[in-house]
Amino acid sequence: MRDARGHIRRLPGLRLWLSGGWLTFLVLAAVFAPLISPHDPLAQDLFAGRLPPFFEQGADPAYLLGTDSLGRDVLSRMLYGARLALIVALVAGTLTCLIGATLGLIAGYYRGWADLVISRFIDIWMAFPPVLFAILLIAVLGTGLMSVIIAIVVIDWTRFARVVRAEAMGQGAMDYVASAQVAGRTRFGTALTEILPNVLPTIVALLTLEMGIAVIVEAILSFVNLSISTDQPTWGGMIAEGRTSIYQAWWVLVFPLFALFLTVLSFSQLGEGLKDHFDPVLR
Amino acid sequence: MSEMIYELKDLRVSFPDMSRKPLLGAAPRIDVLKGLTFDIPRGEVLGIVGGSGSGKSTLGRALIRLIEPDSGAILFEGTDITHLHEDNLRPLRRRFQMIFQDPMSSLNPRRRVGGIIAGPLRLQGLDNIRGRVEEALDMVGLLRHFASRYPHELSGGQRQRVGIARAIALKPDFILADEIVSGLDVSSQAQVLNLLESLVKDLGLTLAFISHDLSVIRRLCTRILVLYKGEIVENSETAELFANPKAEYTRTLLDAIPLPDPQQAWF
Repeated sequence: MRDARGHIRRLPGLRLWLSGGWLTFLVLAAVFAPLISPHDPLAQDLFAGRLPPFFEQGADPAYLLGTDSLGRDVLSRMLYGARLALIVALVAGTLTCLIGATLGLIAGYYRGWADLVISRFIDIWMAFPPVLFAILLIAVLGTGLMSVIIAIVVIDWTRFARVVRAEAMGQGAMDYVASAQVAGRTRFGTALTEILPNVLPTIVALLTLEMGIAVIVEAILSFVNLSISTDQPTWGGMIAEGRTSIYQAWWVLVFPLFALFLTVLSFSQLGEGLKDHFDPVLR
Repeated sequence: MSEMIYELKDLRVSFPDMSRKPLLGAAPRIDVLKGLTFDIPRGEVLGIVGGSGSGKSTLGRALIRLIEPDSGAILFEGTDITHLHEDNLRPLRRRFQMIFQDPMSSLNPRRRVGGIIAGPLRLQGLDNIRGRVEEALDMVGLLRHFASRYPHELSGGQRQRVGIARAIALKPDFILADEIVSGLDVSSQAQVLNLLESLVKDLGLTLAFISHDLSVIRRLCTRILVLYKGEIVENSETAELFANPKAEYTRTLLDAIPLPDPQQAWF
């Protein structure tokens, strides 16, 4: 009667290393942006506009990834943009996770009227179109880093709440919960020490996914000029500016887009990798 | 200390029938236990049998107050626990424990065996946790190094031993065993039953053993309670029940026991 799951062995986390590697690189780039940036990200040089990246003809070696139409260095802007992307990912992702997972855990484990209230609230919340909702929120709150973070939290907490609720409901029906009651554990204690550890892998996977989504939402808001003020370089803002000159200077759009893509992919893969790593059954 | 571990008077339990709930208003209730009256004396091994839906598991869960009865009374060692609030029940819980049917579900997959057995001991504020865990592992015949294993690394029989160890580690007065061998293969069944039998003798346990299988109950129990559709149809000594069953339903159950050798004309 051996359980087959005991024999499953995953590849020793290649994706964990790749995604972790890119994110570590990104964090270092963000932290040391002022030291390693070859140029001031805001400095314009109209005589050096639309310089191509180093591997194209007519490139200036001082501008490794080229310049945009105002002559600003793409590489420096991307390094500074990584700062904002990571701040938004970490702060907005964590806040969303805390709020959504707590509400989901309460709804799924305590059930009853708490579940009724929270679930109906989620249903109503999800009926709003998310991007329009965010744009509306920013229009009310005004642009800025705080507004972007608040908008992401307000839109996306339902994602956590729904998934964690379903997961907690499934775990709550297991006999180890009844067994905790027989042992004299309080309801709150059971939620914290029995249910939460079993829901945690899902929460971690969702959290990293949410960090990726937060980066995307920030980019979308920058794209419609509703993110952080224009004197702070963001990837979304660069993509929006690059769009207007896509035929003359594709690099202004493509490099930040690629960084965005790799970052979002890395966050989601990191989540999956961590989930496998922390599951004693799959490990 | 009372001679009776449990005294039950006219115990009634019902559940709401959500499938027939009207759009507005309360769901109709299904009576699962329809007024049960019986006692469990100290040191008795009581078998509770019945078919699916007879209410035997509900009765078990009401005994250890995982379910609150609608009416009637449950006295545990003279204390009325029928409608006791969970907060007041908690100090009593050390004295009545339960072994669950499916150990895969009743053992938290994220805890090691040692932690699973130690959990209730810590909650009840006992000292020398490590010593008690090792003692419990010894008693159920598991090696001490199993304490650092996860449940999924164990076999079905070993898992159920962990479930038993968790229950007896608290040294309770009463243990409820709900279909604890029905998920095991025959040889593990026999081992777990042997273990339970010796524990009952050595520790002087009072045990309620729920099963749908009379042949399993016959080995272990001194008295048998037969449930049918939420009512007690028979409550007799084991030998008496097998010698001359009083209720029609008991006879049907007895006929359903497969004989080891119905006829030898196979070859």
